[in-house]
Amino acid sequence: MPLSPEILIQAVANGLLMGAIYALIALGLTLIYGVLHIINFAHGALLTAALFAAFFADRILGIDPWLSVLVLAPGFFALGYLLQRLVIWPASRGEDRAILLVTLGLAVIIENGLLFHFRSDTRTIDHPFAFAVVELGALLLPTTRVVAFAAALAVAAGLGLFLAATDTGRAIRAVAKERLGAELSGVDVAHIYAVTFGLGTACLAVAACLLLPSFYVTPQVGNAFVLVAFTIVVLGGMGSVPGALAGGLFIGVVESLTGLVWGETLGQLGIFLIFILVLLVRPQGLFGAKA
Amino acid sequence: MSGRFAPVLVVLAALALVPLFVSSNVALNFLKVALMLALAGTGWNLLGGYGGQFSFGHAVFFGTGAYAAAVLQVRFGINPWAAFAAGIALGAAVGLAIGWLTFRAGLRGSYFALVTLAFAEVARIIASVWPLTGAGAGILIPLQVGFPTLQFASRAEGFWFVLALVGAAMLLVRAIEGQRFGACLVAVRENEDAARALGVDVLAVKLSAITLSGAITASAGGFYAQTFLYLDAGIAYGPWISVEALLTAIVGGIGTVWGPLIGALVLQALSELGKELGGDAPGLGLVLFGAVLILVVRFAPQGIVGLARSLRPGRLARG
Amino acid sequence: MAEPLARAERITVRFGGLVAVNDATLDVHEGRIVGLIGPNGAGKTTLFATIAGFQRPDAGRVLFAGADITRLAPHRRARLGIARTFQIVQPFAGLTVRENIAVGAHLRHAGRSEALAAAEAVADRVGLALLLDLPAAALTVAGRKRLELARALATEPRLLLLDEVLAGLNPSEIRDMIPVIRTIRDGGVTVLMIEHVMQAVMALAEEIYVLAEGRIIARGAPEAVARDAAVIEAYLGHGAAGLARGAAHA
Repeated sequence: MPLSPEILIQAVANGLLMGAIYALIALGLTLIYGVLHIINFAHGALLTAALFAAFFADRILGIDPWLSVLVLAPGFFALGYLLQRLVIWPASRGEDRAILLVTLGLAVIIENGLLFHFRSDTRTIDHPFAFAVVELGALLLPTTRVVAFAAALAVAAGLGLFLAATDTGRAIRAVAKERLGAELSGVDVAHIYAVTFGLGTACLAVAACLLLPSFYVTPQVGNAFVLVAFTIVVLGGMGSVPGALAGGLFIGVVESLTGLVWGETLGQLGIFLIFILVLLVRPQGLFGAKA
Repeated sequence: MSGRFAPVLVVLAALALVPLFVSSNVALNFLKVALMLALAGTGWNLLGGYGGQFSFGHAVFFGTGAYAAAVLQVRFGINPWAAFAAGIALGAAVGLAIGWLTFRAGLRGSYFALVTLAFAEVARIIASVWPLTGAGAGILIPLQVGFPTLQFASRAEGFWFVLALVGAAMLLVRAIEGQRFGACLVAVRENEDAARALGVDVLAVKLSAITLSGAITASAGGFYAQTFLYLDAGIAYGPWISVEALLTAIVGGIGTVWGPLIGALVLQALSELGKELGGDAPGLGLVLFGAVLILVVRFAPQGIVGLARSLRPGRLARG
Repeated sequence: MAEPLARAERITVRFGGLVAVNDATLDVHEGRIVGLIGPNGAGKTTLFATIAGFQRPDAGRVLFAGADITRLAPHRRARLGIARTFQIVQPFAGLTVRENIAVGAHLRHAGRSEALAAAEAVADRVGLALLLDLPAAALTVAGRKRLELARALATEPRLLLLDEVLAGLNPSEIRDMIPVIRTIRDGGVTVLMIEHVMQAVMALAEEIYVLAEGRIIARGAPEAVARDAAVIEAYLGHGAAGLARGAAHA
């Protein structure tokens, strides 16, 4: 069955929209890796937690996720900060193997804690814009996704600006590049590590609020997204912000196109296989330096 | 030489006597599951504890052993004992394949953990859509108790079977400890470059380790299939077994032969305690396990065995 | 002259735009102690690494006992009889001294008890006999250096590559190590050593190569090399040779 150009373009457009959100999730992951040099196995669980938080803010408090993000983002920043400062760093003492296990432990706790409390029912919210569309020429784009696209890019740009122009941002970049030197220059490395982790988690909160209007929530959903995020990060290069952005959009399009041809499950499989392939062939990604 | 094996044999013999004195179904079930986890953990421990390569996807071996046993019996009518053995061989083959791809690519540490996680998920997704493995519905082994069908007439029989498997695995690990392969394996764990400079073929050592590891954990999967008689993708290849396999080794004592056994017993006990306190809702057990993992890493990185050793007066603690 | 045991022939190694080793040739004749010296950043460890197998040269070849081993992996070179120590010591921290050395011994002894016995014998030769049961992590710097040496020796090498084995040792520890190295050579092992500790190199080496900015700038007996103008300039800077001569005449 030949695919018409309109369908393909629509799929590409959808892919780009989704890709921006993927990029935001990947951004958090790559930032954490670039600065702390740890692979945050808890990223998926934290995204799930953020989705649940946004869900309950809407369901119980009646606050639209596009508004609750203003509270959830700083809230999750604080959560990430505390997790790194109070749990990850003290428990692992900086050893690679220990960090692996601790972030895995966190992932297990958060994910199963959510499962235990909220069971595995699928939940969605009724968003006022859920069925609205934006018309762009012949393309029909879901409004929620367009908003998400714009917001994700805005946040990414904001983050880039923060890293480039503020003192803290400069300190973060210094620690990422040369930790010992930064330490000797008076940078509080433990604090910077925690700030970075917090930023990564805050990105997840924003992504969750942008996703919720058009997506569902289950205790496993975070993992599905994060696998995509991992793929993006290895593709774009561990620690590379432009890599995360470019990779996010690229993977979004790939996922959309493969989903079109093969269906969702096999599309997911395709992403995993790309992930494995990239790790085997070029773990430093297309933009990044060797780990 | 036999001095090394004696303690293991003694403990195995003591455990073998348990069903003669304990007839409570609950207790025997508890022990059976604990031993199965100890078996899966012993496989993980060989690669992760002795070899230093942390796998986060050991479910890929467990599930392969389980599905091989089930699928060969149910779809192809193969003798259950042969199917069980085939599962072990297949587990070894999968280990070799994954090892070949990942170790030759030089993946270590977090990257290795990530890629093993990915392999397990790939297996899970494939199993969840492939008609051969029953797709979403799973696969059911028809109940036919008896020796020829490798289905256990009593809980004691199942217990003795898994005990034999665990015993064999532990004795294998003990044997490896006392051989050149074992010395090379821990050298690779401690420092690959130094090992290389001393003539150790690092790739060959890692491949051997992951192959054996895959075989051992696959046997645990095969046992699961024969005991519970039902599998689906989430059970066979799910993260739960990846986590529990590594956790038994870490809690009990990573890189020691007793670690997985002790860890499995402790974790099962904890799990039962969790059920008493919080009911049967899914998730609570794993929450406890996650917390235990973090606490162990923080306070007792060498696990229970490590704690016991450090308490012995005058004896230097390892690690 | 007889064929050298080991030869690094016209080795060039580039890292991106930087040429770390530039067309360097180095011969090590059997039964000798050969020194490789040069200012920091000269490329000594890189050249060393090509002989040990940890660095692939961009040009040139490495020969051992007449055979071209340029492409051979490090563990295979160990089997042929090339052993090396590391500049930054790499003990197997979680193992005891005995177990550390035994890993090396296992290259030649398949059985565990033979390997452990061989390890004890080597430890004796190197002066670690009293520390065999200590965890490697508990050793001092000097102890760890001896452990590096012992592990390499346990592989029963024909050629021993020592990478700054005396770095970080105080004068009395250095004084203690010198006879150990000499005894190793007297036992039939050829030694190539990178060193910064001049007194040791001058005392031990029969032949010295000087590497500066990736090139071999001098080669010969220790006394001759020490007086070589190019060598003095490499270490002390341009014009230093003239100053040295002037000072000598004054």
